[in-house]
This record gives sequence, C-alpha cells and structure tokens, in this order.
Amino acid sequence: MHEREYEASPEAPPAETGEMELVHPRTFIGKYIWSQDAKVIAIQYAVTATAIGLVALVLSLLMRLQLGFPNSLSLIDPESYLQYVTMHGMIMVVYLLTAIFLGGFGNYLIPLMCGARDMAFPYLNMLSFWVYLASVLLLVAGFFVGDGSSGAGWTLYPPQAISQGTPGADGGIVLMLVSLAVFIIGFTMGGLNYVVTVLQGRTRGMTLMRLPLTVWGIFMATVMALLAFPALFVAVVMMLLDRLLGTSFFMPEMLGMGEEGSQRGGSPLLFQHLFWFFGHPEVYIVALPAFGIVSDLIATHARKNIFGYRMMVWAIIIIGALSFVVWAHHMYVSGMSPYFGFLFATTTLIVAVPTALKVYNWVLTLWRGDIHLTVPMLFAIGFLFTFVNGGLSGLFLGNVTVDVPLSDTYFVVGHFHMVMAVAPVLVIFGAIYHWYPKITGRMLDATLGKVHFWVTFLGTYAIYYPMHFLGLAGVPRRYYAYGETAFVPDSVQSLNAFITIAALVVAAAQLLFLFNLAWSLFRGREAGPNPWRATTLEWQTPHTPPRHGNFGDELPLVYRWPYDYSVPGVKDDYIPQNVPPQAVEREPAADRGRGGES
Amino acid sequence: MAIAIALIVLAGGSVLFYFLSPWHLTPLASNWGAIDVTIAISFWVTGLVFLAVSLFIAVALIRFRHHRCGRAHYRPENKPLEFWLTAATTLGIGALLAPGLVVWGHFVTVPDDAHEVEVVGQQWHWSFRFPGEDGIFGEARNALIDASNPLGLAPGDPAGRDDVLVERPLLMLPEGRPVKVLLRSKDVLHNFKVPPFRAKMDAIPGQVSYFWFTPTRIGDFEAVCAELCGIGHFAMRARVRVVEPARFEAWLAEQPTHAERLACPPGDPRAGEALFATCTACHGERGQGRQTTGAPRLAGLGTDYLVRQLRNFRVGARGTHEQDVQGRQMRPFARSLAGEAAMRDLAAHVATLPMDPSPLTVEGDPRQGRRLYRSCANCHGAGGQGNTRYKAPRLAGMNDWYLVRQLEHFRAGIRGRHPRDPYGNQMVDMAQVLVDEAAVRDVVAYINGLARADAAPAVARQAEE
Repeated sequence: MHEREYEASPEAPPAETGEMELVHPRTFIGKYIWSQDAKVIAIQYAVTATAIGLVALVLSLLMRLQLGFPNSLSLIDPESYLQYVTMHGMIMVVYLLTAIFLGGFGNYLIPLMCGARDMAFPYLNMLSFWVYLASVLLLVAGFFVGDGSSGAGWTLYPPQAISQGTPGADGGIVLMLVSLAVFIIGFTMGGLNYVVTVLQGRTRGMTLMRLPLTVWGIFMATVMALLAFPALFVAVVMMLLDRLLGTSFFMPEMLGMGEEGSQRGGSPLLFQHLFWFFGHPEVYIVALPAFGIVSDLIATHARKNIFGYRMMVWAIIIIGALSFVVWAHHMYVSGMSPYFGFLFATTTLIVAVPTALKVYNWVLTLWRGDIHLTVPMLFAIGFLFTFVNGGLSGLFLGNVTVDVPLSDTYFVVGHFHMVMAVAPVLVIFGAIYHWYPKITGRMLDATLGKVHFWVTFLGTYAIYYPMHFLGLAGVPRRYYAYGETAFVPDSVQSLNAFITIAALVVAAAQLLFLFNLAWSLFRGREAGPNPWRATTLEWQTPHTPPRHGNFGDELPLVYRWPYDYSVPGVKDDYIPQNVPPQAVEREPAADRGRGGES
Repeated sequence: MAIAIALIVLAGGSVLFYFLSPWHLTPLASNWGAIDVTIAISFWVTGLVFLAVSLFIAVALIRFRHHRCGRAHYRPENKPLEFWLTAATTLGIGALLAPGLVVWGHFVTVPDDAHEVEVVGQQWHWSFRFPGEDGIFGEARNALIDASNPLGLAPGDPAGRDDVLVERPLLMLPEGRPVKVLLRSKDVLHNFKVPPFRAKMDAIPGQVSYFWFTPTRIGDFEAVCAELCGIGHFAMRARVRVVEPARFEAWLAEQPTHAERLACPPGDPRAGEALFATCTACHGERGQGRQTTGAPRLAGLGTDYLVRQLRNFRVGARGTHEQDVQGRQMRPFARSLAGEAAMRDLAAHVATLPMDPSPLTVEGDPRQGRRLYRSCANCHGAGGQGNTRYKAPRLAGMNDWYLVRQLEHFRAGIRGRHPRDPYGNQMVDMAQVLVDEAAVRDVVAYINGLARADAAPAVARQAEE
C-alpha cells in the first residue's frame, strides 16, 4: 500500500555542494538590528506587521462605531470613514497578511524546515525587511499629510482614486502608491530568497516530496507573488504618472469638481484588469501559506499523517496556477464585455475543486486520528469551519449570474472577511501558539490561549455571518450612513449595532493575546526542544531557540517524509524526519495498540 | 468536546438563520426571477455541503479525541476515496455553474423589442436620457458638457435634437416592456442599482456599458450607487417609478427635448425688475437679505437655482413643512408669479444685482469647517461659488445666518424631504456629515472666510472707482 514517497530511505544521498558560510555578528546591533539571520528578520517582520495590523484593527473599530452607532463620534465624517475603509483594507491585505506569512513565517520556517543554515542570500534578506519597514512608514505618513490618507478604497480604482471629491487625492494617494511600489521592491528581495532557498538550500535527503506542507504553501505563494506583484507595480507607477505628470493611462475625458479635466483617452478598466491580475492571486498568496501551516498543525496535533499528501501538494500547485486566470470575476459588473463572464465564471468555479479536496483531506486527517485539543489545534479547527463557510459563499460570488445582485453589497464583505481575513488570521494565531515555544523556548499560557480562541472564533463568526444576509437584502457596502433607504429595513440598524459590539469584544480579546505573548516570554513554562513531539526539522535543533546557523555543527540528514505519525509497530507515535530507519525504536508485536487495526 | 458542540450549534444555527432571519432578497420587480433561482440553488447546495462537512468534523472530534492509550490510524492516502470525492465535487460544481451560465446567456442577450434609456452618473447625482422619436441617441461627450448642455450632446449630431433629457433623478419606466439601460459617467465610476430589479452595472467615464431588464411591478423603487464614488457615495440616490405604458408615454412627452431646451429664451431682466418690487420688502432693496425678516440674500444666486426654488415653492416641494416658518411665508409669493417665463425674468433681474458683502453674524472654528467643507466642495465649488453643472447654488457671500438655518433644516428634514425636491433629498443625506450644531457653525464660518477671500478684489475695485 505504501508508496515510494512515504517510505523511509535507509541513507541520505551524498552532499552535492559545500556548506554556506555565515557572517556571525558580534555586536548587539549586528545581532538584532542589522541582522542577517532569517529568524531575527522573521521576528522583525512579524512585529512590524502586527504593529501596523493593530492600527488597521483600530480603524475597523472606528468604522464599526459609525455603522453601529451613527454619528456618535464627531471625528468620523464621510471623508474619514472612507479613509478608514481604505487604510484598513490595504494594511490588512498587503502590509499585515502578506508580510507576516511570507516575511514572518517564511523567514522563520523555510530554512529550519528545509534543513538549511539560513536563507540563500542573507544580506538581501536583511535589506528586504528594511525596505518593507520603509514602505510601512510611507504608508503611515499618509495619515499626517495635509488632507490625510487616501479614501479611494483599497482597490484604488481610477478615476476617483486620483480625482478631487475623494479624500486624500492631494497627498495621501501619492504616498500610498509610492509605498506600494517600495513594498513590492522589498518583497521581491525576500521572495527571490525564499524560492532559491527552497529549491537550492534543502539538506541531504530532503526531496521536494518530503517538504512539510507549510514550506510548500509558502513556496508556492512566493512564486505567485513574484509573478503577480509586477502587475500591481506597473499599475501603481502608471497611476502615479497620471496623478503627478498628467498622463492619461487610466484617466478618460471627464469632469472633476465640475470642471473639465485635461486628460483624455485613458481606460479606467485597464487599471482594474491590472489590479485584479495581482489582486486575485493575492488572495491565494495569503491563503496558501495558511493552507500549508494548518495542514502541519492538524497532522501534528491529531498525531496522524496528513491524508493524501501528494494530492495536497498538487492541489497547492494547481490552485496557484488557476488563480492567475480568474481575476475578472472581481469585475462582473464593472462594464467590461459581459461575454467574459462565461469564461471567468467557469475558471473560478473550477478552482473550487482542488480547494474542496484540500478541505476533505484535512477533515479526513482528523478521522481516526488521536486528536489533542491543544490551543493550536483549536485554532486549526476554527480555521476549517470558517474557511468552509467562506469558501462556500465564494461559490455564490464566483458564479457570474448570482454575483450580479450580490456584488458591492455586504455579502461580499462577509465573504472575503470570512475566507481571507478570519480564516488566515486564525491560522496565524494557531501557528504562533504552535511555534512560540521554538522561537522563545517557553510555552504560551494555554488557559489564556483558550479564552482567546473562543472569543475570537465565536466573535468573528457573529460579526461576519450575519453580514451575508444584509447583502442579500441589498445593503450596499462602503456607505458612511444609510439614512432613509427604502429597501433597508430598520432592523438592519439593530444588527449593525450587534455586529459592532461583537467587534469590540473580539478586539478586546486580542489584548489578552498580546498580554500572553509578553507575559509568557518571561513567565511561560519551559518548552524544551520539541514540546509537541513533532517530526519536522525545526523541532530537532540542538538549541531552543535555535542559534544562528540553526543546526549546530552538523546539518540534519533526512530519511523520511514529514508525517510519520503513529506508524504501526513503532514505540513512539512520531518519527522525526532525521531519524534513520535503523534507529527507530520498535514495539514488541503483541503490544500494538489501536493504531494497528485498519 | 466543547468545540464539537460549538461546531454543531454553529452549523445548525447558520442554517436556521437563513430561514428565520428578517433579511432576505427584496421582493422581485423584474423579469430576473431566474437570478433568484440560481441564488436559491446556491443556498441549497452550499448549505448541505456546509452541514455535512461541519458535522463530519464534529463527529471526528468526538470519536477520535485523545484517549490515554489511543493511537491514530496510519494510512497516507486512499486513491479510490480521493477519486470519488473529486468526481462528486466536480459534479456539484457543475450543478451550480450550469444554471448560472444559462441565465448569463439571457443576461447578455438584449431582446430585440427592448427600448433604450441612458443613465448618466455624476458625483453624486443621476440623470437620464431617452432617444426621442427617432429611437437613436445623439452622440455625447463629457468635454461638451456645460450649463445648457448637461449631458454633453454633440451640437452637430441631428440624432441628438429629439433626445429627451431628464435632469431630475426620477426615472419613469413602462411596466412589462424590456428596457436596455445604457450607462455613462461624467466623472468617476458609479453603479446604477435598484435591488428589486436584481440587474446592475457600473457606469464608466469614456465608455458606455449596459444591462437590460423588464420591470414587472408597478411602484416606486429606490436607486442607489453601488460603486464607491467619493465622499457623497452614500447620498447618491434616484427614484425609478414603474407605471402603466400610457402614463409613461404621457410623462415622456412632457419632458423637454434637447432642441427645446436650447430654444428656451433667456429671461428678460427689465420685465423682472418690475416683478422684483414685491420681493424687496423682505429681501431688501438690492436683494441683499434681511435678518429681521428672515429673508435671505438673493443677489448672487444663479438663475437656474432661483427658478428651481420658485418652482418648488409653487408646487409645494418646499415651504410646506410646518416648522419651516419662512418657507411657508414664501409660498404665496411664488404662486403669485404668472408662470415659467415670469420666474425666468425675475431670476434674470436678480443676476444683475450687485454682490455687496454680507454682514458676518456666525462664529465658529473655520479650521474644523475647512475639513467639513470638503464634502461640500465637489458640488458647490472649492471657493463656494456654486456650480450650475451640478445644480449647486452659491454659498460664499450669502447670509451666514440663512446658511445655518437651512443646514439645520436639512439636518432635521424640515427642508429637502419632499419627493419632488431631489436636490433637497441629496442635501438631507449630505447634511448628515454635520453631526451637531457646532459643526454647522464651523462649516459656515469657513464659508464666511471664502466670501472674504472672494470679495476682497471686488471691494478693492469698488474703492478704486
């Protein structure tokens, strides 16, 4: 029954190249500020992304206060409301999720899980973070320029993004566009590193089909990002030219502030195509690392091999490829040729097949497992449930006919928050509870963790699930106020108030999480090298936290795939990847437990 | 264990929520029942899958949670199971997609007997155009838009002369006749959406997009903008009134054609001067406004705005709210005017009145007001000079006490709630920007500053003379 990939090999292949040499810094600044150690860079990325993410969280609360309790705060007017909408979306999608998954988890886990001493180009890697930080500062600077940050919506559609009547049209939009361009430059430096490290930096015996799914997810997401971000880069540069030099890439003949503009002949739709050529793969740039990580969380905490590993790998690759040919499903009612609808609805719904298979394989991994309901496992289950919900509502919006009445309503807000905000964030939390012991040497407090989980999981569902029904009733999104709208019943206001209260409670629970992070750093239980008894290489390092160079004197050799959990006839319920077959401690045949039945 | 129970409750609750929640599709008012069917199919298919997967997870969590001597089963893959799951999923996806594509086929195919209407979006207002007797729209371009040609019709195109223009955001449509909606935009992206019709589409400057539907229910429907178009996005409204075909034809015949609008003679200021004598008692000799009588400055107001307000007073679209004391006083005077021509003459005379500075009576924080005024600037102009293209009157230099009163009236719905006062409707929504009386005073204080900047050169010129 066992296929070749799942069999342990008796010995690792010989080395093809020599080991890389690392620059070991001696000063504090060299170690922790201008660090070339991927693990330090990972933490720098994660801390920066979390900090800016908290800003975006506060912005979302301000929006919710306006929607739940209109006009209760005088600082929120239509202008600032749209600025919150825009900055919240942009920060969360690009500066938090993309940065934390690839820059944060990618940097920390790729070298460790591949059995490498560091990234392939450590100096470039360092530069990547500092360029990212610069892009964040540029973005934040938008809050403080004359008329504030842009209020164009995170999709930045022209002409409104750069025309008067949209907040931030003077300065904020310029800073945002420049910041995006800088972000993409910084990401490219990091992204090239991740790809080369996965392809070239793996230790002996670590074949591609022995990579943990976490690495597969991050790797494929990085490849996609390297292909998709250039489209955004081009769009951003063209829009900057339109805004600053008066070119007409996207600007048609139009009035602005009631006056005739000088630009003509540009195409607003061209921008939308470029934006979504980036924007749709971006969804999977966030989702694929989450898919990978959650696979490892489920396998480890259910003590069971991931079901259908090869199919999981192929699903990641197919989803990645297909996501480049579905972009115009964001544009069904954009005024593009309606005949595109046939093509893009079909490709979009095809993506659902490999995605559904991943879900089946996760739940089948749980089946007949030995499920430990640890905090990371709870978050993984929370992800599964949320993702299934959000994925299924995607089948509404991807299906062109169904999308027509639902697009630009709260159905869309509910859908994408469920599938691309809550689901990946639950994975991020699960991953932090899972790897924090390796990063710091101490466990996060499990009781606080469970409170954090329950409030976040139930709270976010209470926020986003009802939104779908607002959308069904036709309530449009990005509205500062609903006034007296004939088709919006009064009950919508009560629901909005309820959603706002739920959002405040969920936000409060995140403070608990931050407290846990800080408190456990000093007071947490000592974790030891491998508290979850996991198989992958990062748990087999000689030191915890791993030092610069990761693996001490000798790089580990890999003999098996990463999911040798509960192998029949073996004493322990896990075999680390670097344990050769001859060193596995076997049980006497008579003592075989439940795992033996089949 | 708790997590398994939570999943069961959440999944079951979610399905129940669908049946019990008060928020559902608006009652259908078009031919697109097929869209509702595809939505219903989607709910059933996804609902079943959602329940099945959630319950499967819950059962797995209950049955296979950790026991002391428990051990997981080892089986890396199961080819037949994976194959059947793939096949079943593909079938399910096909069941969702196929009806969707069939309906989309109808959606992109406009029936031959459809009549056409053009919907034009602008920040933050809708207007409409019918092709007239020849059934052909005249060519239109944004660069040709001016006060007398609000939709930018090309002067050389004969097909445009009989085009019927509807500048009020009220669109009448005949029941039961398919209509092809052509969309244009004067400035940024908009989206013309009437939820009970289901169909909608973006309006894009520089190109024409379209969709079609057949109104099937007589009644009034609210149209909103569904594509973020700037600060006033939430206040961009129109009304679609579906009526019997005969009533529609009658209404359409009443609307001016492009040629008629161009032929409309300008008012005669000398005739207007005689009419104006009645106004001076309250509004002042030179139309400068009098706070003691509560009558605002007229000098400086555009003819278009004055005529529209007089018309509103005459038909009761303004000055009928019981708390609008001054408005109620104004109505009989407006009704005493002989007709459209008299109103135009009067307005033409007001246009000749000098623009003396108004006394400043309102105190507020102009820095706060500057920020608030950004919401106003798009229509009323950065200098508060007004904009006839957007039907927005002058603000700078008008009586500040009057501006305060009108903003308070808009906020309280004393002015602007009447269905025949669409620009007033818009101001009721926009006035939500001003959350309290202090905000009203701040924005008026800022407008006072605009007036000073505006008047300074004029005062200097007068001194020279």
